Amino acid sequence: MTWEEIKKDIKKTFGKKIQKWYEHNKRRIYIDIDTDNLKEFSEYLFKNLNSRFIIASGVDTPGGVIEILYHFDFFQLPQVISLRIKVDKSNPEVESLAEIIKGTEWIEREIAELLGVKFKGHPNMQHLILPNDWPEGNYPLRRDQ
Amino acid sequence: MSEIIPIGPYHPLQEEPEFFKLHVEGERVTKLDIEIGYNHRGIEKLAEAKSWDQVVFLVERICGICSTSHPAASVNAMEDLAGIEAPERAQYIRTIICELERIHSHLLWLGLAGHFMGYNTVWMWAWKYREIVCDIFEKITGNRQSYAMFKVGGVRRDIDDDDIPWIRKSLDQLKPALDMFKGAVMDDPVIHARTKGVGVLTKEKAIEYCVVGPTARPSGLAIDVRKDDPYFAYDWVDWDIVVLEEGDVFAKAAVRILEMYESVKIIEQCLTKMKSGIVDLKVKELPPGEGIGRAEAPRGEVYHYCRSDGSNFPARYKVRAPSYTNIFSNEVAVIGETVADAALILAAVDPCYCCTERVVVINHDTGSEDVLFENDLVALSHKKTEKIRKEMGV
Repeated sequence: MTWEEIKKDIKKTFGKKIQKWYEHNKRRIYIDIDTDNLKEFSEYLFKNLNSRFIIASGVDTPGGVIEILYHFDFFQLPQVISLRIKVDKSNPEVESLAEIIKGTEWIEREIAELLGVKFKGHPNMQHLILPNDWPEGNYPLRRDQ
Repeated sequence: MSEIIPIGPYHPLQEEPEFFKLHVEGERVTKLDIEIGYNHRGIEKLAEAKSWDQVVFLVERICGICSTSHPAASVNAMEDLAGIEAPERAQYIRTIICELERIHSHLLWLGLAGHFMGYNTVWMWAWKYREIVCDIFEKITGNRQSYAMFKVGGVRRDIDDDDIPWIRKSLDQLKPALDMFKGAVMDDPVIHARTKGVGVLTKEKAIEYCVVGPTARPSGLAIDVRKDDPYFAYDWVDWDIVVLEEGDVFAKAAVRILEMYESVKIIEQCLTKMKSGIVDLKVKELPPGEGIGRAEAPRGEVYHYCRSDGSNFPARYKVRAPSYTNIFSNEVAVIGETVADAALILAAVDPCYCCTERVVVINHDTGSEDVLFENDLVALSHKKTEKIRKEMGV
């Protein structure tokens, strides 16, 4: 598939579920979506459009919102799509993608321990890089800590 | 104020402290637990307290072996953020540095892989010829490692045109050495017996675990950032991406050896095509926004994501090193293999250095835990090679 076809396909399939489509340049595309649609979006990108999951980046923003960007690329194409979801910092909860994409398992554990986001349905929620006796409720990448 | 523990990417370093737990039944591995985080230095958190210029230096410290791949992704991310492009000559110089690094890193790995299999001659020779590359680095950058060449909008040092004939001569010395390694590794019946069909990572699993670089390409996945998302001078020169289908340790070694030829090809073309000109745009500040930078390190794709609020410091700096996904795939590659092969398989993803410092073998029958140290594992591996040699009469 060419990039134009992929772009059309995504826009057609998800229509109004795309909150914002932003092209920083030809190669870097950011799509804002609702947290509830994350699983559907990722599964479609990964399984139907044969994309590759690169990594997810968790960002604590000053507005009391934690953003998580899921970065995907399409093998031989230069485009990188970043799905952006925003979760409320007071109760950050996202559905885990680990059963769809095995490669998300580690990064979800990492975001969970560094930013305190809960991933529902994750198979192994142990600490990844912090020691196991790390104090609960202490999230090093949060701005207020 | 509560305590702040700096957090960052856990890029494995030399004697890296990752912890693999092999579950075995008899000789066979049935399960692998991987524990990382022992070498966590908090680079991501640290980056938030550094100026943009300093970040490039900081990320150079993530890895001691592929020290230029992180700065490469870093300047790509910042230039993506600001929408600028470095001058042509700088792009060629950057490409030369990146490819030299690939050669030295692959030679280092080849030497280690040789050592693990009991081929200490391969080890000595690979590291001997790596010196040529380090000498070229010293000539160009002043350093054998951690070159500090990259900055947003260009490079810090130009290549002196008078040095180019010498660089070419050094590269010419490297070519027969590469031929020798190709013969020594790819035509050796004992190495075939030790590595073919061992530690296979299938294409399906490679996709599932999202692996990159010379862990993905031997499994039939044609991914290479240099081709897919060309940066620096990679789409101005002619080269091929090396893809194999088998996914075993042999294919992983073959991909790396064949890639070194491509690297030499790229460097020679860059030296020819490079025209004189400026090498630095002298960028003063970066606008607010987001940037994504990718670079193909010797071990696979390095991915950087940065966010700027317009100040002198990044608001967030995220780093994904290739070993992050590659090491995780050991979880499937090592299953069903023998303990004697395990060291080799774990080393085959080239996690900067083999992570066999501390491997616990849990015997299911007795429930006892024996801790094998690196030397024990290497000795086991050597024993197996000796056995095959005897059987083959070589």
